[in-house]
Amino acid sequence: MCLAVPGKVLDIEERDGTRMATVDFGGVVKEVCLEYVPDLRVGEYAIVHVGFALQRLDEESARQTLALFEELGLLQEEFGDPWEAAAAPPGWGEAADGAAAAPAVAAVDGAREAGR
Amino acid sequence: MKYLDEFQNPELAGRLLDEIRSTVTRPWALMEVCGGQTHTIIRHGIDQLLPDEVELIHGPGCPVCVTPLEVIDKALEIAARPDVIFCSFGDMLRVPGSDRDLFQVRSRGGDVRVVYSPLDALKIAQQNPHREVVFFGIGFETTAPPNAMTVHQARKLGIPNFSMLVSHVRVPPAIEAIMTAPDCRVQAFLAAGHVCSVMGMGEYPELADRFRVPIVVTGFEPLDILEGIRRTVRQLERGEHTVDNAYPRAVRSEGNPAAQAMLADVFEVTDRAWRGIGTIPASGWRLSERYRELDAEYRFSVDGITTKEPAACRSGEVLQGFIKPHECEAFGTLCTPRTPLGATMVSSEGACAAYYLYRRLGTTPTPQEASPVV
Repeated sequence: MCLAVPGKVLDIEERDGTRMATVDFGGVVKEVCLEYVPDLRVGEYAIVHVGFALQRLDEESARQTLALFEELGLLQEEFGDPWEAAAAPPGWGEAADGAAAAPAVAAVDGAREAGR
Repeated sequence: MKYLDEFQNPELAGRLLDEIRSTVTRPWALMEVCGGQTHTIIRHGIDQLLPDEVELIHGPGCPVCVTPLEVIDKALEIAARPDVIFCSFGDMLRVPGSDRDLFQVRSRGGDVRVVYSPLDALKIAQQNPHREVVFFGIGFETTAPPNAMTVHQARKLGIPNFSMLVSHVRVPPAIEAIMTAPDCRVQAFLAAGHVCSVMGMGEYPELADRFRVPIVVTGFEPLDILEGIRRTVRQLERGEHTVDNAYPRAVRSEGNPAAQAMLADVFEVTDRAWRGIGTIPASGWRLSERYRELDAEYRFSVDGITTKEPAACRSGEVLQGFIKPHECEAFGTLCTPRTPLGATMVSSEGACAAYYLYRRLGTTPTPQEASPVV
């Protein structure tokens, strides 16, 4: 829950008097509130936590973090099906040699784009 | 054993480790506050790569883990009501209350929904005007501003059927509580980066000065953690105790003033019980008097709850850094992610879950544990 994921602003609009954006997290697109970083522009990156932009981030840092999060399975954890994850809590399906497998959640469409 | 080539940039990681090794001359105990950092450390074996002199103590920075049992039980009681749609972040679903969890409430007919953002819960309230929609608002300073904005929006848009069960916690009072505990061994802190993205670093110099501890703001990626440790050890060896920012790409010293202003408007500081730890003065937020009608605790009668904490669970000692997860007798036997005694075993940021998930110290799952639930 504390995970904050970098995302790229695709589009901005006012909704119910609130500045909202569509944001791309390496292929997963979500609605994000920009009220706390109001001067963020289309094409820029921000750290987003539970649907709110909290700080602007430079593109290179954002891309590196997204690539790492994808590798670690954290994007699936953040955007996958939480009920499936809760039904199969951490610990099952792990390789016995200690290598960690991705959590048991649905695949995230387009998450592979994150590394590019 | 972990190897450097598992790092995104093994060469840089090697240089940071070399510098830490060449700097350290005696034992130091560092606490990483954030549960996300704990998972990075255990997953990448950073604690095993460090020289023996540098010990990492895992801190209480997992919001799911420290949410008091009484609040969990209140959430479960509200969620079980037939007139309620209960909205939560996904990582609360398996957190054990006294006798059930949200997952079980849902399987018994409760309308529990997982949302990505608190604003999604507000949308559900707009779409279901004849139901009461309650959002479970927990978390540290990173999560509190989104929740504050949602309460503000509910008021602004006049949505009468939305309320929030609030149990927010603050990092600086927790640092103070850790440093004043009689058995405290912590000599420096790696401060949680995204908390500082919101709050800035203004609350830390006084703490660093009073307790003579270096506080280094640190990110979440393996190299961020190594850099935070490098700077911390350098300060300790020099006898310094300043606040340093090792995560400047996401943290400005002033933080996010707009978020801080919203926090000040919607919430007020309160004493808060931390699960497994006890009450820490001024360590939490609750809705301020002006937003009282949006407080689920006032809207629903959930007082008089009797909690039942499992005696075998030592998560409080884990959260305060007194013991490592595997030193609890229940770890990996009575207590597993499938049958968690405490939130530290079930949360995606919990220290016990990190040790279990990454098979630290050779703990292996039973065949039953290794089978996915269908």
